[in-house]
Amino acid sequence: MQREIVIAGFGGQGVLFAGQVLAYAAMDAGKEVTWIPSYGPEMRGGTANCTVIIADEEIGSPLVKHPPLAIVLNLPSFDRYEPLIQRGGALIVNQSMVDRGPKRTDITEVFIPCNEIAEAIGDRRLLNMVAVGALLPFLPELTLQDVEKALEAHLPARHRELLPLNFQALRRGYEVAEGQRSRV
Amino acid sequence: MARELWKGNEAIAEAAIRAGLQAYFGYPITPQTEVLEWMARRMPELGRVFVQAESEVAAINMVYGAACTGARVMTTSSSPGISLMMEGLSYIAGTEVPVVLVNVMRGGPGLGNIAPSQGDYQQAVRGGGHGDYPRIVLAPSSVQEAIDLVTLSFDLAEKYRTIVMIIADGSIGQMMEPAEMPPMQPLYHRQWDWAVTGKMGRERRVLSSIYLDPYQEEQTNLRLFRRWQEIQANEVRSRAYYLEDAEFVVIGFGTAGRVALSAVRAARQEGLKVGLLRPISLSPFPHQVVAELAQRVSGFLVVEMNTGQMLEDVELANAGRVPLRFYGRPGGVVPFPDEILHEIHALVEAPPTPGEDARLAWLERMTRLGGDGWQR
Amino acid sequence: MATLTAPANIVFTRPEGLTEFPTHYCPGCTHGIAHRLIAEVLEEMNVLDRAIGVAPVGCAVFAYNYFDCDFVEAAHGRAPAMATGIKRVLPDRVVFTYQGDGDLASIGMAEIVHAAARGENITVIFINNANYGMTGGQMAPTTLPGMKTTSSPSGRDVETQGYPIRMAEMLATLEGAGYVVRRSLHDPKNIRLARKAIRLAFETQVRGLGFSMVELLSTCPTNWGLSPVEALRFVEERMVPYFPLGDYRVSPAVAQIRV
Repeated sequence: MQREIVIAGFGGQGVLFAGQVLAYAAMDAGKEVTWIPSYGPEMRGGTANCTVIIADEEIGSPLVKHPPLAIVLNLPSFDRYEPLIQRGGALIVNQSMVDRGPKRTDITEVFIPCNEIAEAIGDRRLLNMVAVGALLPFLPELTLQDVEKALEAHLPARHRELLPLNFQALRRGYEVAEGQRSRV
Repeated sequence: MARELWKGNEAIAEAAIRAGLQAYFGYPITPQTEVLEWMARRMPELGRVFVQAESEVAAINMVYGAACTGARVMTTSSSPGISLMMEGLSYIAGTEVPVVLVNVMRGGPGLGNIAPSQGDYQQAVRGGGHGDYPRIVLAPSSVQEAIDLVTLSFDLAEKYRTIVMIIADGSIGQMMEPAEMPPMQPLYHRQWDWAVTGKMGRERRVLSSIYLDPYQEEQTNLRLFRRWQEIQANEVRSRAYYLEDAEFVVIGFGTAGRVALSAVRAARQEGLKVGLLRPISLSPFPHQVVAELAQRVSGFLVVEMNTGQMLEDVELANAGRVPLRFYGRPGGVVPFPDEILHEIHALVEAPPTPGEDARLAWLERMTRLGGDGWQR
Repeated sequence: MATLTAPANIVFTRPEGLTEFPTHYCPGCTHGIAHRLIAEVLEEMNVLDRAIGVAPVGCAVFAYNYFDCDFVEAAHGRAPAMATGIKRVLPDRVVFTYQGDGDLASIGMAEIVHAAARGENITVIFINNANYGMTGGQMAPTTLPGMKTTSSPSGRDVETQGYPIRMAEMLATLEGAGYVVRRSLHDPKNIRLARKAIRLAFETQVRGLGFSMVELLSTCPTNWGLSPVEALRFVEERMVPYFPLGDYRVSPAVAQIRV
């Protein structure tokens, strides 16, 4: 088994941390995992993406051209990654930041207003966790509990009071995606 | 110890600390700055030496000074910074003091870019500083391997009084993977019969790379190369994947090697008998392993993130015996597995005639594919 | 045949800090005096056993042959960086560099400035003889305006070759420096003052009071094309006016030192 996930968006949307949460969860579940960011000379405000690969055996390439799964948190990332997703794969789209619908019919596209959901829960910064929650129905290697345990174990101490809200964000994202998936 | 998620650069730094590193001297440069930053925080809290030098030139000479006392020292940098260190490395080699150095390679030449590259293979393995000197060069392909090789490097450097250079690339430096960190080794100042520490009742010692009498310098060169024979006999390292029944073998190191692993697995799923040889010690190079493979396989594919630098070592070992194909992505481009799979198909279906110039053939293919090569 | 007998009253001997190795320096060159002063000070302070010298590239490249203490040999200009590496891992040793003007003020400018800025507890003995001696007398950063060298054959033209650098004054602006002075070796009085300054520089180091440097105006009779006596006069009449002798930085803590 090997599963690849790309997470992309603006710097500041929590793209890299969302990937790390998946990586921690996979490691704690005893799997092999790689997390690799795109890194550029800019420090703030540019586009950010990372690739997470979860596998049962030694991982070869840490990058993939056509991932089966992706989270796109803004329009440029949606435009860039929608054509690249493997046929039959799934794309989690942050509806709050895009102004168009899907172009592909051979993949599952979940449109979810991550920003609004995060704000309703109480903190806009949770938008990345909403998106991660929405990915999980398509990622059989990790359960919601795996990810929650990883957050509990690895969330930086200064953000610990946000743990319950993070769980809420994950679950809300999961429910929305699960609802959309069953309709597909 | 339990597995933890480590970023390559930070893992390299912590592994060196666990190996009993007494002093680190460095200078910021992407994509290895996290090593410097980790050292800046950890070394002082452990009561050890950290100095941010005014340049890579100064950093390597601080390392040189500290190494002359017998201390465990290291520096790290990325390609342009390593070029600046070459003067110091030549002096260090000539003085025969142990030094560990990490190059997290980026695209070049010149300022180039900060993307992962393997363009410094020849500089590390063959060239660099002036004069005739060998050095050990190790290439990790994962965070765990980087940790293991850093630990090993200090022992090798001291055992052979030599430079050990680890060449990683930006991908390994920036990547996070689960890895197990070795336990903290006790910190102590090793006592060597050559170290300059203040004479304190013994005969005074001088450490220098100057041998004004050419015959003495000749003896020094011979001594270095006699030691190198020992290193070649004992310190060759490589990792084999699916080689038992392989008819075709892909050869790649570091990140190119692990990308090739994905392609080799895909080829195996198609029923092709393809294996992978991933050299870990680039100097000494596993020439013998390649030469033995050349006795029994039908073709080699060399994959690198440069224009065919390790290719020359493979060609030396192959000595024209089996068809050889080359695929390189220089300048900071990392190949995807499907490109390498395509190359495997080409090798299997239409092996080049032995003796064909593999690099020239590759260059022609790259040119036919258009200015952008495979893809952006 | 005269019989050698032990002298009854020895008034002058080789200091313990110097080996019996004959120096390679030219007749009339002041390197020998500078070496002797350093050796006397290290002996007097009883630190020869824990002294580590860093030799430069230049005429003093073989300095390690002459001092009876541990030594390393640096790349051109890098002695302060090498000394930093040694001192940081062995902070209780007495670490000094011995550098000429090409080494220190040209190719090694970055290393000397930053060693001083960091306040490295090392001592630098800086020999300023206004030219590159070992390579045969080329223009140095300290070559005087109008002074002829093999690479300024018509005399240093400040319009195209710039002005000499006053290192002591420059390094004295740095907070990390504890003791930065300029002395000269052109006559016995100045030699005595130089010796005292070298002592204070090493005292600065052993007390952990920061970077210390003694710049010594020195002769190069061979490359200047002067007799030893004329060369001493040249230092006094031509170099001292451009490179004034004096204390450029003596930190308050160093000013308290009595030796």
